[in-house]
Amino acid sequence: MTAAPSGPGLSIDSLSHRFDRVTALEAISLEIGGGEILALLGPSGCGKSTLLRLVAGLETVQHGTIAIGGRTVSAAPGPNLPPERRDVGFLFQDYALFPHLSAADNVAFGLQNLGDAERRKRASEVLERVGVSALAGAYPHTLSGGQQQRIALARALAPAPGMLLLDEPLSGLDARLRHGLADTLLAILREAGTTVIVVTHDPEEAMYVADRIGVMRDGRLMQFGAPSAVYDRPANPFVAHFLSDSNRLTGTVGNSGTIDTGWGAVDAGRLPAGAAAQILVRYEGIGFAGDGAVRARVLRSRPVGSGAVIVLEAADRPGETLYARAPAARAPREGDCVAVTLDPAHVFVFPSANAK
Amino acid sequence: MLRPARAVWVLGLAAVLGAVLLPIAVVLAHLFVPTGDLWAHLSSTVLPRYIVNTLWLIAGVGVLTLIGGVGTAWLVSLCRFPGRRFFAWALLLPFAMPAYVIAYTYTGLLDFSGPVQSGLRDLFGWSAGDYPAPNIRSLAGAIVMLSLVLYPYVYLLSRSAFLEQSICSLEVSRTLGCTPAQAMWRVALPLARPSIVAGMALALLEALNEFGAMQHFGVDTFTTGIFRVWLADGSPAAAAKLASVFLIFVFAILLLERRSRGRAAFHHMSIRYRPLPGWRLAGWRAAFAVIFCATPIAFGFAAPAAALLWWTWLSAAEVVNADFVRLLVTSVALAGSAALITVAVALFLAYAARRSASRLFRGLTRLAAIGYAVPGAVLAVGIVIPFAALDERINAFGAEVFGLSPGLIFSGTVFALLFAYAVRFLAISYGAIDGGLTRITGHMDDAARTLGTSATGVVRRIHAPMLRPSIAAAGLLIFVDVLKELPATLLLRPFGIDTLALRTYEYATDEQLVEAAPSALAIVLAGILPVILLSRAMRRSSEPREAEEVAPIAAGAPL
Repeated sequence: MTAAPSGPGLSIDSLSHRFDRVTALEAISLEIGGGEILALLGPSGCGKSTLLRLVAGLETVQHGTIAIGGRTVSAAPGPNLPPERRDVGFLFQDYALFPHLSAADNVAFGLQNLGDAERRKRASEVLERVGVSALAGAYPHTLSGGQQQRIALARALAPAPGMLLLDEPLSGLDARLRHGLADTLLAILREAGTTVIVVTHDPEEAMYVADRIGVMRDGRLMQFGAPSAVYDRPANPFVAHFLSDSNRLTGTVGNSGTIDTGWGAVDAGRLPAGAAAQILVRYEGIGFAGDGAVRARVLRSRPVGSGAVIVLEAADRPGETLYARAPAARAPREGDCVAVTLDPAHVFVFPSANAK
Repeated sequence: MLRPARAVWVLGLAAVLGAVLLPIAVVLAHLFVPTGDLWAHLSSTVLPRYIVNTLWLIAGVGVLTLIGGVGTAWLVSLCRFPGRRFFAWALLLPFAMPAYVIAYTYTGLLDFSGPVQSGLRDLFGWSAGDYPAPNIRSLAGAIVMLSLVLYPYVYLLSRSAFLEQSICSLEVSRTLGCTPAQAMWRVALPLARPSIVAGMALALLEALNEFGAMQHFGVDTFTTGIFRVWLADGSPAAAAKLASVFLIFVFAILLLERRSRGRAAFHHMSIRYRPLPGWRLAGWRAAFAVIFCATPIAFGFAAPAAALLWWTWLSAAEVVNADFVRLLVTSVALAGSAALITVAVALFLAYAARRSASRLFRGLTRLAAIGYAVPGAVLAVGIVIPFAALDERINAFGAEVFGLSPGLIFSGTVFALLFAYAVRFLAISYGAIDGGLTRITGHMDDAARTLGTSATGVVRRIHAPMLRPSIAAAGLLIFVDVLKELPATLLLRPFGIDTLALRTYEYATDEQLVEAAPSALAIVLAGILPVILLSRAMRRSSEPREAEEVAPIAAGAPL
């Protein structure tokens, strides 16, 4: 058995970028190994697509360096390797298929260095691999969005790039298509050992596909790490809330090292006594185990797909509400009175100076 | 400091802008140049007549093209009746008929010895004076002639607006309780208003530009006035002053069009397209629709084309000879050179705008298209005055320093003529090419780059094949427009140059209308080519993606 092939690693060092007077990226540094899948996660306008374009060489670096496979490809003032010599594939959010070429010719576009017969063979192989061989002769404007995306994916994969950059690859598709395409994509990429960067605003998508997640906001890298680390140990309130819907509570650290949130006491961690704190409690971190001291009334309990979203009102503080999520079978009914407990694994405490 | 590559774009744009704005600036400057007695005489005698005639022309052509253009567009795009598909493209045919050609043709058809009057006399045994013969050679006649060939502007633009707004708004209005007729008045028309006004503005600018028909009908307008003052009174300066007053009317039309559009980029709202269900017409409604659509085609194309064919048959033996072939070759060479130059400049402008991130820069590239609004006669005045002055200087300098005069270099040569064509028709090629270029998205460039293609490779493998149809369309439109062009050609032609349009005009001026037919027919036949192009683009625009392709080609001008 031979070792799986592996694409080049990527190393980004203190990258900053501005458009006119708007800061798009601010001192970004990160590193991933060959064959790893990195998800850049953040709301729109956070700079994640700019970062992707800088790696591809489609934008010129203004400050900082980018190295692919140990070789500096972008730095200010130079060197600046043009995109066509970086061995990267790029899947655009709008697919950007060439309208004057058939699907097969689109896929063969990047195979200039092969002979005619070989080009055709490779193109039909890749089309087959992404499951659209039947569309080889079709022109882009006759295809649906999902079909266009698969052709675009085949086009990006055809030259077997060492690194693949995907800009919101699944956001244009309906939910049913998503997982199927994501799995096809992952299987192909793992097999080829391709290094991948996926840009997305969907935390579930990021956690499903990525080995590493970089959470971005306003051009800054808020946290970088393995999906479980980012999810379980968010570095700040933004990351905690972005990865999973959370209630925001406030409180002051007491002498015992705990904070009374009104919904139960939580461990203050390293915060000193007397410090103002904000506490994020995930929807799924709220239990109805029965023996809790805090009583609440169920204002609303609505099944949403596999679980239920529940709105609670504190029994002794009318108007103060808390959102919870529970498996549908275990969800309390509207009007019930329940005891509320907080699961420490889903409670995150931050100093309130950070608050925003 | 500018980087060299950027300097090329900036200097190039400055050169193009300078060339386009020079004639306009020269003419406008004459608003303030005193021209003495001649002007005082003009302004007290003929100027009021020019203004009144021009206002009547605007009102008459405006109303007729509005009714004809919007009515036919509404019928063929939102109703269903027999022959609708045929009418949809045939309504464009009058585009092929230059106004002066249709004016000459109807003069021949309707005059005392023409087929209509002699037919009536034979049929009813009348003799001259027994019956009222409407005088076509009048302001009213000119308005009808111009409207017959200019309504397609309004038809084309309002039709594409009707098709684009299609599903989103009309179906909603029906669910809100509007009948088809109410939906027309309350939704379709208000939504299409910017396009309708744009079409009317183009038609009116063409009407103001018209020289041949006005001259033949003896209707005094600014265009004919410029010719008279220049050629008969021999005063280019007074002609320029007249032209500057004329330009005020032109800019007023442009301004009104702008104003009416205002914040109205709203006909692109729906991305979804489904063929409109259409209002099925039957009985007298269907009959009315057929007659309404058939009338402009019959009178604007079929009848004059038939007459031209018949007259060509009669006069071909005499007129079509070696001289006619020379005429043909000159016309094709002139039109072909103008098309090449104009397309090249438009390509430069379109790429300059694409490369630049600066809004000012992109705005300036669009300003270069202003020439389409300037009537040919005005443009000619604005070109001759500075070019003649330049030649005079050069010759004086040559005589003084070298003892010899090089003669006319800029004025009175093909150079001045091509210069005028390029300025006047740049908007058409720029519109078509810029439209084609915007369909090549930045992401397509990026995709090609990441697939291993260099920047020049992107131009070769993506831009060239994708732009080819737009370039061909732009070239063809300019070729045909130059072939038809009369006022600027007449004023700027170098000695010894003769074209199809000039020959048609000369025969018509001598009242040899039958002899004028072969050259006129050649122009009309060439004019059918863009009609075919337009109708094909229109058919494709039933698919949503190509919808934007129609407008730039049709409008010619990014108003």
